[in-house]
Amino acid sequence: MNSIWTIARKELSDSLRNRWLMAISLVFATLALGIAWFGAAASGQVGYASTPATIASLASLGIFLIPLIALLLAYDAIVGEEEGGTLLLLMTYPLSRSQLLLGKFLGHGLTLALATLIGFGFAGVAIALLVEDVAVASLAIAMFRFIASTVLLGWGFIALAYVVSVRVSEKPVAAGLALAIWFFFVLIFDLMLLGTLVASEGKFNAELLPWLLMLNPTDIYRLLNIVAFDGAAQLSGVLSLGSDLPFGAAGLWLGLVLWFVVPLGGALLLFRNRRI
Amino acid sequence: MSCFHLENVSYRYDKTPVLNGIDLALEPGEILGLFGHNGAGKTTSIKLILGLMQPTHGRVSVLGGHAGDLQVTQHIGYLPENVMFYPQLTGREILSHFARLKNASLHQVPELLEQVGLSDAMDARTKTYSKGMRQRLGLAQALLGKPKLLMLDEPTVGLDPVATADLYYLLCKLRDEGTGIVLCSHVLPGVEPYIDRAAILTEGALQAVGDLAALRQQANMPVTLSLGPVNSVSALEKAIDKASASSGLAIRTDNGRLKVDVQPTEKMALLEAVMASGEVADVSIYQPSLEDIYVHFIGSGGLANRGGSQ
Repeated sequence: MNSIWTIARKELSDSLRNRWLMAISLVFATLALGIAWFGAAASGQVGYASTPATIASLASLGIFLIPLIALLLAYDAIVGEEEGGTLLLLMTYPLSRSQLLLGKFLGHGLTLALATLIGFGFAGVAIALLVEDVAVASLAIAMFRFIASTVLLGWGFIALAYVVSVRVSEKPVAAGLALAIWFFFVLIFDLMLLGTLVASEGKFNAELLPWLLMLNPTDIYRLLNIVAFDGAAQLSGVLSLGSDLPFGAAGLWLGLVLWFVVPLGGALLLFRNRRI
Repeated sequence: MSCFHLENVSYRYDKTPVLNGIDLALEPGEILGLFGHNGAGKTTSIKLILGLMQPTHGRVSVLGGHAGDLQVTQHIGYLPENVMFYPQLTGREILSHFARLKNASLHQVPELLEQVGLSDAMDARTKTYSKGMRQRLGLAQALLGKPKLLMLDEPTVGLDPVATADLYYLLCKLRDEGTGIVLCSHVLPGVEPYIDRAAILTEGALQAVGDLAALRQQANMPVTLSLGPVNSVSALEKAIDKASASSGLAIRTDNGRLKVDVQPTEKMALLEAVMASGEVADVSIYQPSLEDIYVHFIGSGGLANRGGSQ
């Protein structure tokens, strides 16, 4: 446990030192406040629209941003150490491979969680204080749900980045694959799903569709933050598939948790078999 | 308890044999030089002892335990070749990080940095370090937690002559305190005075192991005598010809002296006879150096055979 924390602590202090933590928090806070204040601009007015609309806009942005940040943060976790020669050295220390990877995950995971909490938390507090007649209780719940699911989504992509990082032996390759992962889950997956639906001309088993959405953590995240509100009228495109989910919010949460536990387990397994 | 003991160890990478039936041991308070051309299996041997890989055949025991066990690695110090460390951290931060991982006292950090001559640079980021400074930091890292087994891969690369001398002084001190040390180097004349035993690897097999005297005996290489004449070189040459039991000794003139290559067994007889002739004013004896022995065992089949030089 001690060595896991030592590794985590170094990652955490690295992200403080290179201003990653500060930069991400700042980006999150700025985005959240911007969306809160100008979210209603499309309907011709400036000001706070509504909590569900704000969260929905934030989630849509988060889908692009969170996976990207998580992948960037973590793609060189192992391959970077190897290129610098420190992986070999670390492995001669009383430190198992699992401890090293779990320590990295703790460090990167905490960095992302802290940045999310600081950035969006600050925005949430600002909204609660500055916007008149906002329902603070429902805002707090929505914000909490949003922050928690954002953190889980980020952890999922950190774990996916590790799968790449323990498998390849060059940093640029890891970066390329990380981008490919982003591309696939954020852009390609929904297109493929819609394409399959249209091409199959309705022969597709409708019961299966919500389950297919579970195969993409970003879709789970979107469902969690948008479907959670009763007024699901804003659902469009692929998401309308999820409007009649066979499982409740608990199932979605479980899905997000599985999406970081399973890739992390896979990365641990792959790392154990890696030749050093 | 041996520092490490390899018993009939073989290792294959995929299907290619890298090590074949290696038997090698290191006792506490001993410096072992591990030599061989690039690709001879030095690094593989070290990785097996560090527990980074498992042997295909044979047994590796380290410090009375199994290679790679956490309580064993706790007592091993390792300096790999070419570590970059973390460029954005300072020397002190890096060493503290490694000290925490090794459960070593943080008090050691400034002490070790001073010991390797980095006390002035310890708060500078390591990206500003020269190769020699990184090497010293690596050395300080290897010394964390007072290891019982120290493995150094090319420790003198990038070090200036004074730092190199300091390093060997330090290693001898550690040896006297009971640390077992493995030294891999290509700078043979540099390590020759400091190693207790040498192990020479070629093509994954151990060619020779032993202290220098034993290796010389095993190699049975001629000793070179350099003789200064009393009168003239030609008179001395005649005396040598007369004295030598076996004919056809290789005799060369060199700056007014004569150099004679003689088999170790015939050395004393020749010397006594030449001395008795009264033609010798001065004698120097050159034993084959570690480098000569190394070349003898490796075979001088050209660079190709030695996998390139370094």
